[in-house]
Amino acid sequence: MITKRIIPCLDVRDGRVVKGVNFTGIQDVSSPVDKAEEYSKSGADELVFYDITASSEGRKLFTDILVRTAEKVFIPLTVGGGIRTIDDFDRVLKCGADKVSVNSGAIKDPSLVSAAARKYGSQCVVISADVKRVGGAFRVFAKGGREDTGLEAISWIKRCVDMGAGEVVLNSIDTDGVKKGFDLEMLSAVCESVNVPVIASGGAGNIDDFITLFKAIPRVDAGLAASIFHFGEVKIKDLKKRMLAEGIPARL
Amino acid sequence: MIAIVDYGVGNLFSLRCSFSAIQADAVVTSDEETIRKADKLVLPGVGAFSAAVQKLKESGLWSVVIEEAKKGKPLLGICLGMQMLFERSFEDGVFEGLALLKGEVRPIADVIPKDYKIPHIGWNALRFEKASPLFKYIKEGDYVYFVHSFYAAHCEDSLTASAEYGAPLTACVQKGNVFGCQFHPEKSGEVGLKILRAFVELGGKKA
Repeated sequence: MITKRIIPCLDVRDGRVVKGVNFTGIQDVSSPVDKAEEYSKSGADELVFYDITASSEGRKLFTDILVRTAEKVFIPLTVGGGIRTIDDFDRVLKCGADKVSVNSGAIKDPSLVSAAARKYGSQCVVISADVKRVGGAFRVFAKGGREDTGLEAISWIKRCVDMGAGEVVLNSIDTDGVKKGFDLEMLSAVCESVNVPVIASGGAGNIDDFITLFKAIPRVDAGLAASIFHFGEVKIKDLKKRMLAEGIPARL
Repeated sequence: MIAIVDYGVGNLFSLRCSFSAIQADAVVTSDEETIRKADKLVLPGVGAFSAAVQKLKESGLWSVVIEEAKKGKPLLGICLGMQMLFERSFEDGVFEGLALLKGEVRPIADVIPKDYKIPHIGWNALRFEKASPLFKYIKEGDYVYFVHSFYAAHCEDSLTASAEYGAPLTACVQKGNVFGCQFHPEKSGEVGLKILRAFVELGGKKA
């Protein structure tokens, strides 16, 4: 039986792991390579590295970190942030990434999704969507949650899956950083509309939030979080033990 | 020395790193002589079956892999590399494989329930079907990482482990010196490294 995945996300800026609240207010956490190794040892099923640097020096630091992580961490690595072209896919895949997540880059040029899926396979292409309620509708936001694209979220995500995206990461801006639980309403809507794995992101504050997520929406495949793992508020081992006790398939 | 056969399909960085992590002497190579001299071969692969077969043929290594395997050299196919060990695949047509093992590659959609997601992505537990030296350091129920939409069917002759995804899917195969894993040992954490270590130590020799 396939397990529900627990995925820590590492936001990397200038070679360090950082974490913001509601997409802003950034705090320095630690070295990404050390953190990745620690997570892998404690039972993380996958890791997401998100590059939030804008400068080319920052980008170089990021790929160095990726290489150093891939040399010692043998679980799937997903990379996102600043992916706009096939060359960007190439750059991070060569450094050890297994999957690449696209967000603003796909909004700007949707053909990037189909081109990447053709070249590397659907399993390699993850569509990441930052979604927020605007007047009762789910809207896709770009540029780290700062810009309303006007796109309706469900149809956008469906379109990306039709173009070849093999997985969906749904970040709810409404619940991100608030630690009051995942956005179950938004996640249900996405899970009902696509037949590829959906990864829930934004809002986990404690172990109960993951249990609620997997029980409320059996079609959700994975839960992603950052700060609660970084600051040790939730230990992955404890979370996995609790999942098993609650009858949720988990790899311990 | 272990030769990881490089025929231009997929990224072999993680595979090379995972052999380094277990202190095995492995090289990524497309050189026939190196492959002929190697103690063991690893055949990787991602993407579509027909494209991989075409690339392996174009690289001139198709017959080299077959000949070396028939001489008794241990060969490990990984993911699509495992699927290529069989007689044929029905992915986007019908294509001949290396035919080192009996069986054929078919869509998992043929056997899994309709509401199951495709591809089969994630960590799944191994169920042992037959003893294999690859399992020396692991136990039944250990989790490994899968990403695939096709599976090896009618391979009872070589089936050594399966994984349950609404139906039992072929996970490991072995017939003599020819081994295959549908999952990615290089992405399966400690369990994956233990499987690679068992392969490295085959024949009592630390390659």
